[in-house]
Amino acid sequence: MSNTKKKALRAKDKPAALGPDLKLERFSRNSKSWPSCPVSSLPEDILRQSLNVGIRPDEKGRAGTYFQIDHSVVFQNVQKTFDGQVEIMSTKKAFKKYDWLKDYWWRLIDVDSDKYAALAELKWDYGYFLRVLEGQKVTLPLQSCLFVSKDNLNQNVHNIIIAEPNSEVQIITGCAVHPIIQRGLHIGISEFYIKERAKLNFTMIHNWAQKFDVRPRTAALLEDNATFVNNYICLKPVKSLQMYPVAYCKGTNSRVRFNTILYGTGDSYLDVGSKVVLQGGGSRGEVVARAVASDSSQIYARGLLVGEHKDSKAHLECRGLLASDTSSIHAIPELLGKISGTDLSHEAAVGKIAEDQIQYLMARGFSEDEAESLIVRGFMDVSIFGLPDSLRDEIKKMVDTTTERAL
Amino acid sequence: MNILKLENLSVEVAGKRILEDVNLEIPKGEVHVLFGPNGSGKTSLIMAILGFSSYRIVSGKIWFNEIDITRMPINERVKLGIGVAFQTPPVIRGVKLGDIIRIFIGNGTNAGQRQRELTKTLNIPSEFLSRDLNLGFSGGELKRSEILQVLAQKPGFIMLDEPDSGVDVENLELVGKILDNFLKGRSGLLITHLGYILRYVDADKAHVLLDKTIGCSGKTTEILSHILKEGYKWCEKCPTLRKRRYERRISQQL
Repeated sequence: MSNTKKKALRAKDKPAALGPDLKLERFSRNSKSWPSCPVSSLPEDILRQSLNVGIRPDEKGRAGTYFQIDHSVVFQNVQKTFDGQVEIMSTKKAFKKYDWLKDYWWRLIDVDSDKYAALAELKWDYGYFLRVLEGQKVTLPLQSCLFVSKDNLNQNVHNIIIAEPNSEVQIITGCAVHPIIQRGLHIGISEFYIKERAKLNFTMIHNWAQKFDVRPRTAALLEDNATFVNNYICLKPVKSLQMYPVAYCKGTNSRVRFNTILYGTGDSYLDVGSKVVLQGGGSRGEVVARAVASDSSQIYARGLLVGEHKDSKAHLECRGLLASDTSSIHAIPELLGKISGTDLSHEAAVGKIAEDQIQYLMARGFSEDEAESLIVRGFMDVSIFGLPDSLRDEIKKMVDTTTERAL
Repeated sequence: MNILKLENLSVEVAGKRILEDVNLEIPKGEVHVLFGPNGSGKTSLIMAILGFSSYRIVSGKIWFNEIDITRMPINERVKLGIGVAFQTPPVIRGVKLGDIIRIFIGNGTNAGQRQRELTKTLNIPSEFLSRDLNLGFSGGELKRSEILQVLAQKPGFIMLDEPDSGVDVENLELVGKILDNFLKGRSGLLITHLGYILRYVDADKAHVLLDKTIGCSGKTTEILSHILKEGYKWCEKCPTLRKRRYERRISQQL
């Protein structure tokens, strides 16, 4: 047995530092096997759900696609014109192809950090390997979808994303469930490697179910002059979601930006943070979070900036909007300066929708409901994601549709 | 016929009386000016006419086109044909100026062209439309953004709260001429502190708001020349004002 497995076994009952503790044995590990097929030939209800998380079944406007349902990889393909620029495959396939992949596996995240990470090692269900080759500027986004089709299923994926030196790429990842799904547990381990002068813009969209639990574990390593933008949107109800992705800005002049948009509905419990560790000279970080809590949802919006280099700078901005009196938003911004010269700052604000804004829009002829809806949708403005126009408009439309239904 | 009529209107904000027995009539097709020193309640009067909730109508009535709008929701009043350009509009993050303009203009065949014409007329660069509403706008930009929204809405009656404050000379002329043109065939209530905008906009009548009420009314040019010459000290000489102050003092003592 490998050392990693041994460590995982030792941590298999270790609760996470944050979020409700889940009984893992409650979830099922039995799933039917899905055969490989083109995404467009998947059942209509699956396609509809995946469209809602930005996945285009026809692959138009996408450089490549990875699609996983439950514990089966159904599709992994790079469009012909992008051959030689980018690689997309399951991490199991990548392990067979590249011996060196072991050097990237559990390098940024400790397998024994908690029982969810441990479970992802002990019961590993694929995940994607996305690699942009050196010097390649991929003009269209890559897309990947992690889908759960069976009620109460436990899905554990481990993803590796590598942007080789001087490469550029946009990735859109959608996680969704079949409309009949109520319960389940998704654990996603994602390790990002953004090498010298590479630029990676990663957008993750989650659409779970009212009684679904989610525990992503994400870490990124940035080398010299690397840029990483990590966008996250969760607009649909979820029973509990706890994640605290971290970016290590190790390289000189490395740049990271975390943008998070949360919309809490029903009795969702969202505990989402972003952590930036500034280790390189001239490294910069920015964390922007927008949280809207409606119904009886509870949102924890965390952020931690750690300055370990004298020439480093980061800022954290968290804005929360309470749309009901039975919801709550707990903003917890933290700054940890370990060396003089580092420059860390934060601003956080939580409040209800301002009456003067509503009345201003009403004075333009909008009804009170329309005004509130405009303000909430504006609050969750995806233009903060730094996406190219077409992808931004696509995601904006998706957010508008989702929130329009919810509001 | 009056487009707007205020009948003995008294207004409170946070329990404090800010307007007392205001009477005002604006006949259809006329543009009136409202003068008044800082803090006299000019903006409050506009907010009360619009129905903003902090401005509580204690007594009196507001008629618009002979419809009693005193208790009507803000947007219902606006739908009757009231437009407003605010003096200090709030910042609304994520809501783009362009989105609002597009909603007003609609998706008709000439929508794009109309939007381009409007922005060009007001000297507004197209990238301005993709900015968050009122976020980081300069004083002049705020005015032009407010006027752009009103022009796109095309209301029959327009209230302009100090459209000339914070606007540079070139843009003052631009804004003034556009407003004058827009107001032709329409009615309006124009608030101005120093009357710069009146170099370009023809107003039929002027009123001075002082001591929480309309102190006097008359020809715009006459009132403006007095204010420009003597400031609002000129009003202190007014026998009507003195008489009212005396009566108020007596009634308070009783």
